[in-house]
Amino acid sequence: MEEKMGGSNGEDSGEDQFPVGMRVLAVDDDPICLKILANLLCKCQYQVTTTNQAIIALKMLRENKNRYDLVISDVNMPDMDGFKLLELVGLEMDLPVIMLSAHSDTKLVMKGITHGACDYLLKPVRIEELKNIWQHVVRRKKPDSKDELAAPNHDKARGGTGEAGQTWVACSSDQKVNKKRKDQSEDEEEETEDNGRENEDSSCQKKPRVVWSVDLHRKFVAAVNQLGLGDQAVPKKILDLMNVEGLTRENVASHLQKYRLYLRRLSSVATQQANMVVALGSRGPSHLRTGSLDGFGDFRSFTGPGRFSSASLPSYQSRGTFGRLNSSAALTLSGISSGVIQPGNSVNGLRKIQPVVFPANQNQNGVLFQGITASIELNQLSQTKSTNHFGEYNCVDERNVFRISSSFPDARVVVGSSSNSLSTASGNALVLQGNTQQVQCSAAFENLPSFGMTSLNRESNDLSVRGSSNCLEHGRCSENWQGTVQLSNFPPSNEQLPSNNLQESIPWRNSSPSNGCIALSSMASSAFLGDSRADMLCKAGLNNSYSHVDSRVSASGSMMDQSNAVSSNTNDVSLFSHLNGEAPFAVWLSEGDKSSFDTDLRSNDNFLFLQSKPQNGFSQNNFESLEDIMSPVFKLEQNNETAFMDGGFGFDVAYPLGSCM
Amino acid sequence: MDLAALKTQLKNFVQSMFEEGVLDNQFSQIQALQDSTNPNFVEEVITLFCNDAERIINEINRNLGYQNVDFSNLDSYVHQLKGSSSSIGANRLKLACANLRQASDERNKEGCLQALQLITCEYCLLRRKFQALLHLERSIVELETNQK
Repeated sequence: MEEKMGGSNGEDSGEDQFPVGMRVLAVDDDPICLKILANLLCKCQYQVTTTNQAIIALKMLRENKNRYDLVISDVNMPDMDGFKLLELVGLEMDLPVIMLSAHSDTKLVMKGITHGACDYLLKPVRIEELKNIWQHVVRRKKPDSKDELAAPNHDKARGGTGEAGQTWVACSSDQKVNKKRKDQSEDEEEETEDNGRENEDSSCQKKPRVVWSVDLHRKFVAAVNQLGLGDQAVPKKILDLMNVEGLTRENVASHLQKYRLYLRRLSSVATQQANMVVALGSRGPSHLRTGSLDGFGDFRSFTGPGRFSSASLPSYQSRGTFGRLNSSAALTLSGISSGVIQPGNSVNGLRKIQPVVFPANQNQNGVLFQGITASIELNQLSQTKSTNHFGEYNCVDERNVFRISSSFPDARVVVGSSSNSLSTASGNALVLQGNTQQVQCSAAFENLPSFGMTSLNRESNDLSVRGSSNCLEHGRCSENWQGTVQLSNFPPSNEQLPSNNLQESIPWRNSSPSNGCIALSSMASSAFLGDSRADMLCKAGLNNSYSHVDSRVSASGSMMDQSNAVSSNTNDVSLFSHLNGEAPFAVWLSEGDKSSFDTDLRSNDNFLFLQSKPQNGFSQNNFESLEDIMSPVFKLEQNNETAFMDGGFGFDVAYPLGSCM
Repeated sequence: MDLAALKTQLKNFVQSMFEEGVLDNQFSQIQALQDSTNPNFVEEVITLFCNDAERIINEINRNLGYQNVDFSNLDSYVHQLKGSSSSIGANRLKLACANLRQASDERNKEGCLQALQLITCEYCLLRRKFQALLHLERSIVELETNQK
């Protein structure tokens, strides 16, 4: 299937108003993504052709190499691996290819880059990112004939930063660049590169551009060093020293300018790092090498607003030091809350930690610090019950970050259990996992405020979810969650919190103590919600938790036995009574409603009926009647409902092993 | 109801979906893509999404029904669903997919089933809301055409 949309410009008109009319070929097997992508591209005034099969895409490309300027392709496609397509296009047509994926694994991104992708975007794609993709086309213009001015591919393979000649620039922003938004910053870098090219019309496709390859830059740096960075480093002299054919003084001049900026930036980063090192007194940026998501993920997992800070901060020292934590959870907690702040090797060390950097967290920085000190104290009072901690945090600022701090006690417990391993690299992971557990609650929240970093949020959600399930194995979550339940007064800073939290709490179901967790986590999340929103969220959250609980119960039947669950049950019950039609998906589990439910579900327009069901069936529900509800669940699930919805959606979700539709 | 009131209702409804986390900013982008040249974009995308999502959920369900679950197959389905959910801005559904992906990574069938249930829940909720949304949209369009 192939579609053409976009401007009616012919093949040559693009040059005049480039990037308007740039011809893009979009390949994605997901029709929704493809449609949205195509429309977004049109909105950017590109000329778009779409296909949902890689094979067809290749065919079209092979028919006429000059028909397209740029290819955007999904990574996961049924008929051909996106990477394979990428390779072939790169080899045969030498067109810039941008990869698209819903998953943001570092490995995948790396794979994309090494296969020659000029960019790697995460779904959902935003229009801002698409507005910049024309740069890749420009960059690919016929380079200087010099050998050193290697094609972008080579440099990519080497530098792994995605763009030729940008390695040195990217280094300084390497850490912060290693995340989804790296595309953006790289684009920005390259944009300045473009701007710096005096006498060069970047919109003209025929002029050769100087590509600052690694070798070339090395020569440049050598020349500059030889001359000394002071007055002597003038472009003319540098040019002479470099002795590179075809390089003009202007090229060197603009490159020099950028280099100076880069050095300045480096030194400011260095001071920041120095600060951190001093504060922490521990190992340096050994973990700073954030291979995009890895570091990021770690960072994120144990830092409350880590996401923000990582975005803004190049140094990820916290990760390294974090791994070193032999100390109590307080450290981890503070690590979490501070995001940036490095938990020292001792509680005292924590006190010294200054909320360094993290401009992105400005709002939260101060608060975090409070949280840290508080956590330190908490930590020292290892016997302190979790409730107490909450009391302390209640007065804390409303930031999500503090939500995180509220979960400190939990972290403490968890971390304690794995403290032995903290000193090892694996301990690092454990700690992180421990953190993610609480952070689950908080991570969800953390994610929320960062609306601008939606992609990051998603990533972190993934990671934190995984982390949390690992945490479960430590078996402490029930305690933790009980603690969190007691949180009740945190004003919500982000409405999305509960939903995120709930989602993330799902994996925790895996171990029985976590049954309580589900409800608890939803409680926690709803606790975070304040005002009227809380109600809505609670309902939604409760609905979620309820359904989770349901499945959990049906799965193990042991939920009722969980004291944790019971304690949370009461909370949930009260919340449930507030439900008013927001719990359809919980409701459909109730027996009486089942049959009518099915009917309703089948009818398109009667979906709203679902709402009425919960009200009747639900408000009286409490956990004692969960069992009643559970049996219908079993029945419902065992029932081979084939046509749940129009799409023939089978509802026998969980348990009919072998008894499919 | 008059046109302005309907539009406000729609706006509020969408806003409530944002607040509940059912939808996120990506949906705003989609709404922004709808204009005079593309008057039914939102509806088309929603319809496309619902059909596709149901198909995938069915497939996942079917897959999980087998004795030996093909987890890699499952993973690709989840990936798809996650991709489309995130593209349309279905925030909670997307998060639910993350759960399933994790359970699938762990080869944990039980976890997968639970996660699938959550996905189903979220999808039901979403679909219900989408239907309401589309209903509102259609009413608005109808009123607008009648007024012309």
